[in-house]
Amino acid sequence: MPVYYLEIIVVVLGLVMLMADAFVKLEDKRNIAWFAVLVLSVVFLLLFKVSWPESTEGSPFWKFYDAEKGSRGFSLFFKGIAVLTTIIVLIMAAEFRGVLLKYTAKPEDGAHPQSGLSEFFTLPVFACAGLMWMASANNLASIFVSLEAVTITFYILVAYMRRNVGSLEAGVKYLILGALSTGFLVYGFTWLFGVTGTMDLAGIKEQLALDSVNVTAALFAFALIIVALGFKVGAAPFQNWIPDVYQGAPTPITAFLSVASKAAGFIVLLRISGCFFGSGDLSEKVGAVFVVLAILTLLFGNLAALPQTNFKRLLAYSSIAHAGFLLMALASPITLVADGKEPPLLDTSIGVIAFYLGAYLLMTLLAFLVMTAVRNQQEDDSLEGYAGLAKRSPFLAFSLLVSMASLAGVPLTAGFFGKFFVFKLAIQNGACGWLIAAGVIGAAAGFYYYFKVIASMFWNAPAEGNDGPIPVSMPAKVVMVLLIIAIFAVGIVPNLILGLIK
Amino acid sequence: MPSSLEILVFLPILAALAIGFGAPARFTAIGAAIINLGIGLVAAKSYNVNIEGGAVFQLESSRVLLESPKLALAFGVDGMSLILMLLTVIVTLAAVWASPAESKIKGSPKLYYISSLLIAAGALGAFLSTDLFFLYAFHELALIPTFLMIGMYGHGKNRKRTAWTITIYLGVGSLILLAGLIALFVNIGQNDTFSIAEMIVRAQDSETMIPEATQSWIYLLLLVGFGVLVSLFPFHSWAPDAYADAPTPISMLHAGVLKKFGLYGLIRIAGPMLPAGAEKWMNLVLVLLLGNIIILGLVTIAQKRLDRMIGMSSVMHMGYVFLGVVAGGTIGISGAVLLMFAHGVSIALLFALAGSLRERFGSLEFDKLGGGLGKLVPKLGLLFGFAAFASIGLPGFANFAAEVMIFFGAFQPMEANAPLSFLQWAAIISLWGVVISAVYMLRAFRKIFKGPLTTTETPKDMSWNERVPALLLIVSLMLVGFYPEILLKYLRPALESLTLIGS
Repeated sequence: MPVYYLEIIVVVLGLVMLMADAFVKLEDKRNIAWFAVLVLSVVFLLLFKVSWPESTEGSPFWKFYDAEKGSRGFSLFFKGIAVLTTIIVLIMAAEFRGVLLKYTAKPEDGAHPQSGLSEFFTLPVFACAGLMWMASANNLASIFVSLEAVTITFYILVAYMRRNVGSLEAGVKYLILGALSTGFLVYGFTWLFGVTGTMDLAGIKEQLALDSVNVTAALFAFALIIVALGFKVGAAPFQNWIPDVYQGAPTPITAFLSVASKAAGFIVLLRISGCFFGSGDLSEKVGAVFVVLAILTLLFGNLAALPQTNFKRLLAYSSIAHAGFLLMALASPITLVADGKEPPLLDTSIGVIAFYLGAYLLMTLLAFLVMTAVRNQQEDDSLEGYAGLAKRSPFLAFSLLVSMASLAGVPLTAGFFGKFFVFKLAIQNGACGWLIAAGVIGAAAGFYYYFKVIASMFWNAPAEGNDGPIPVSMPAKVVMVLLIIAIFAVGIVPNLILGLIK
Repeated sequence: MPSSLEILVFLPILAALAIGFGAPARFTAIGAAIINLGIGLVAAKSYNVNIEGGAVFQLESSRVLLESPKLALAFGVDGMSLILMLLTVIVTLAAVWASPAESKIKGSPKLYYISSLLIAAGALGAFLSTDLFFLYAFHELALIPTFLMIGMYGHGKNRKRTAWTITIYLGVGSLILLAGLIALFVNIGQNDTFSIAEMIVRAQDSETMIPEATQSWIYLLLLVGFGVLVSLFPFHSWAPDAYADAPTPISMLHAGVLKKFGLYGLIRIAGPMLPAGAEKWMNLVLVLLLGNIIILGLVTIAQKRLDRMIGMSSVMHMGYVFLGVVAGGTIGISGAVLLMFAHGVSIALLFALAGSLRERFGSLEFDKLGGGLGKLVPKLGLLFGFAAFASIGLPGFANFAAEVMIFFGAFQPMEANAPLSFLQWAAIISLWGVVISAVYMLRAFRKIFKGPLTTTETPKDMSWNERVPALLLIVSLMLVGFYPEILLKYLRPALESLTLIGS
């Protein structure tokens, strides 16, 4: 099956879901979500069966859709991340419906008791299509369009709980800052076009490598783009929006933002910075910018996470911290192999980042699944609510323990390999000592704030009146078990993820 | 088909899983520990001690997980790891046996036994791995169980603070260690393999050797990293509190087994791969180890609580092992490895007996315990006396054989009529540590068990569940004490082969 059929299937799925909500009478709208999960699972399997065109000449389509031999594996890998995240987010959304409906449907006004729920399931599917396209976008135009398709969906989803002040506040913040960053992105793209005279990434790379390139103008374009993408991935000093938006948004959407949106940001960042790394003159300066960004993000994310008392906010800072580790991989310049052989996957930034994102997906979504289940029992996501979780629900406590251990980077979990490969790449490529020191400080601080969650669950007794068992629906439970197994399996056999890239 | 060493490492993990899914905790844990002891003894029996040159590791198994760089879940033993493996299985059995019965554990007895098993599995994995990555990774398996156990079941008001201290301290220490290990990996040859044996070959090949200046800073990173884990002065402050506040089996496993990992790493990794670095920082290590022996020895005398005193003494004795490592040579390293075994067993014994005392009298402060308890609990008193003598290093116990070898090792390179080197001066000063140990151990024994009886409680003497683990440990100590060859024979071929040369 041609590779672009996948995006088409996902878009059609979204349309079908909208139609189903409008024209089919459904007792329980969760069925729409289950249908989507089913179709997306098929799409996920189809990823292993796609075919690529023999030649990209002739059809203008391939000017917008990457079919280069070298990047096919990565495109599919990132598409896989998008699909998998969407599947789990949909399951999470079904679990979250109780909280969501409190702030959307108003049955006393005659609305359907589940009104608004099906769109909540549908929008992530559209975002997923955008993310999948972005994984293959090789042209400034297609990058921009796919990125906006995702971002605009998120504007709606973040503010979805319209009768909840926090959600609205998050929506407004995200909208204003997101629009601003889009402005920077477009402006940066126009400058890049102006400098190189092409929108095609391969062409841009060629042009930038020429001696005649206007370095100042190219760097200006880069600066504008980095502001915009720094916002998307949550790199300091553009991370301001993350804690508030993450805290306010509905939990499944927070999970979606923190995994898929971050992955998307890094794909674009990798593709565009790849153009700049091609030229000796530029690559040094661009590398230095990434080093500074990485150090700031590592320190800010990890140190600001220390005093957090709200679990969702803590995970927001943790997502900044992980962006720091990903930037650290990006900032370690790619080793050039002399005799034209391809360097081993783990000696390249893109290989390490892909692995890290895969591991990050597993552990972050696990944490958010637990958070969704616990949130059903209480009014907010404060850490106090997690006291005594080990007694209330040993299963959830163990899941969260695994997730936190992996996020902190305890060996024999997926998260450790992620950090290990990042540090290995940095040390191997002679990254500056400050960067490595910032990484060590960040990882050490991580031990504290992730273990704080573990301590709260296991050491403390549950609060009075909030000490009953916590029900978890079957699909969520199955996903959690699978994620736990995957975290340990990848923590011992990293090839489980690395093998997928090829 | 898994190899015997793979079973050894993964059996405790499987047992922990089984307990998690509802198997009877104490029964499963003790069962797994007994089977592991059996496998360990069989493995020791099948180890060929007469090997000349040839393979460094025996009973090897390897499962390649990653091609580039080569990363494998590989296990194997040489003399040193064999002895530490035996130490681990012996102490593990004693520790789970000495754990309180399920009905006496407040909270979840499952978690209690699972934690002990995971710590044991981590230690076994670390000692048996022949792959640098897993050597590091397995050691960290103990991090979370220790954190949970001290916070949940620990003693004293400050247990939560203690749990944080040990976790952060060891976490930071292992991150520094990780940075050092990655630097080591990157600088050796083509940075394409984590196999320890191959890395050593490259490190000692004059063509692929690491330049001296690089060796120096990497060794320093490793020294700090491993040093934190072994509680080398001045990175020791996490240890006494942690051991004092932790539940008994955790103290036994941590002080007895896990702490040896840092020393093991220095002898296995840092010594052979960074010989120039080791030489450069030798005097620094000597100063620090004197800090362990003399300064911390004096601090130990001043302790007012038995558990803290034992904890401090365990930190202090690490100084001797370091002395053996620095002295190097066949005798020095043999002494160091032997002392790791002896100290591990004797400190586990002391913590087990201290746990029994705490259970009976509710406190371990010397003032509150009063004196004359030997009349109330004669068996406990007798066993404690044995443990104290072993810890001081009296002849007949393994500790004596080991310490003597270390001191001999320090003097071995001396030529007739040559002035004493710093190493030898350090050895002479360290000898006073034996006197210091005698002072605090005998004083503690006298204060607690001799003299007039002050307490009004009438507890029972040791039950069989307490006697069995204690006897197991004492018998091992005396066996090795009277006949050290039983372990030393394993070390000889290992020392003559490449793994240990250059330390």
